[in-house]
Amino acid sequence: MPHDHHDHLSPSGHPYRPDNDEPLSYWQTMEIAVRELLIEKGVSTAAEINAQIDAMDARSPADGAQVVARAWTDPAFRDRLLANGSDACREMGFDIGALHLIAVENTAQIHNLIVCTLCSCYPRNLLGMSPDWYKSREYRSRAVKEPRKVLAEFGMTLPEDVQVRVHDSTADMRYVVIPARPDGTDGWSVDRLAGLVTRDSMIGTGRVKTP
Amino acid sequence: MSDPTFVRVKTMMPPGHIRTPAYLRGKTGWIERKLGPFGNPEQQAYGLPGDLLTLYRVRFTMAEVWGDQAERPQDTLDAEIYEHWLEPV
Repeated sequence: MPHDHHDHLSPSGHPYRPDNDEPLSYWQTMEIAVRELLIEKGVSTAAEINAQIDAMDARSPADGAQVVARAWTDPAFRDRLLANGSDACREMGFDIGALHLIAVENTAQIHNLIVCTLCSCYPRNLLGMSPDWYKSREYRSRAVKEPRKVLAEFGMTLPEDVQVRVHDSTADMRYVVIPARPDGTDGWSVDRLAGLVTRDSMIGTGRVKTP
Repeated sequence: MSDPTFVRVKTMMPPGHIRTPAYLRGKTGWIERKLGPFGNPEQQAYGLPGDLLTLYRVRFTMAEVWGDQAERPQDTLDAEIYEHWLEPV
């Protein structure tokens, strides 16, 4: 029925995105002012700022997936990763800056879930930008109160005998989950294993892909 | 394994930039690990040099945090709490 209530959809069937031509918010104005002052006063150049943005955009969950896959295949590396997440990532050559990383490991009996209730702390220097839902008030408030319901909504219903450990990134540390290595991957290379590791599996809201 | 060290999060409610979540104030947990030192964010948020503080990862049971409303009482929640927010139990 071509004319039924579809005025909000484009001819290709997608919702129209509202124009974002409303005035800048206070903080957007502040960001532009500070950035322009840094350039005017010679503290940074526009090229340096763009290079930092490019470096942040280049980081992606694929970097974390390499770390997880290495931990699955190299028990000594896994131990170093659990002891000091930042040093282990640097050892693999990742430029994670000042990131203080703690890696927490899922097992048959323990499931870890990461949240930041106070703002939206995320290991961006390893995994890149966080998903939008991670920053939502709903996820931030519910993950600490009813993590099992939240996980079920993500498609993971955990058995009663699995312990849930929620980690609230309240201060200086950032967290990454090492999901359990799936069965049926014996003898796989690190690169092939890394292809199974999803962003959400490193936050604790998703599973790795099945081989 | 040595016995766990139990600590209580202080119930104070000072104004300003605080990184101790309100939902954990007054709750008792045990120290999961010791971190730091890190600069005090309550000073750094205002452009002041932060006093160096020990940061603790404290583990709470969901029963302690949410009482009867806990989904599964023995599940746990870990948070990072600066030393000046903790008192011995």
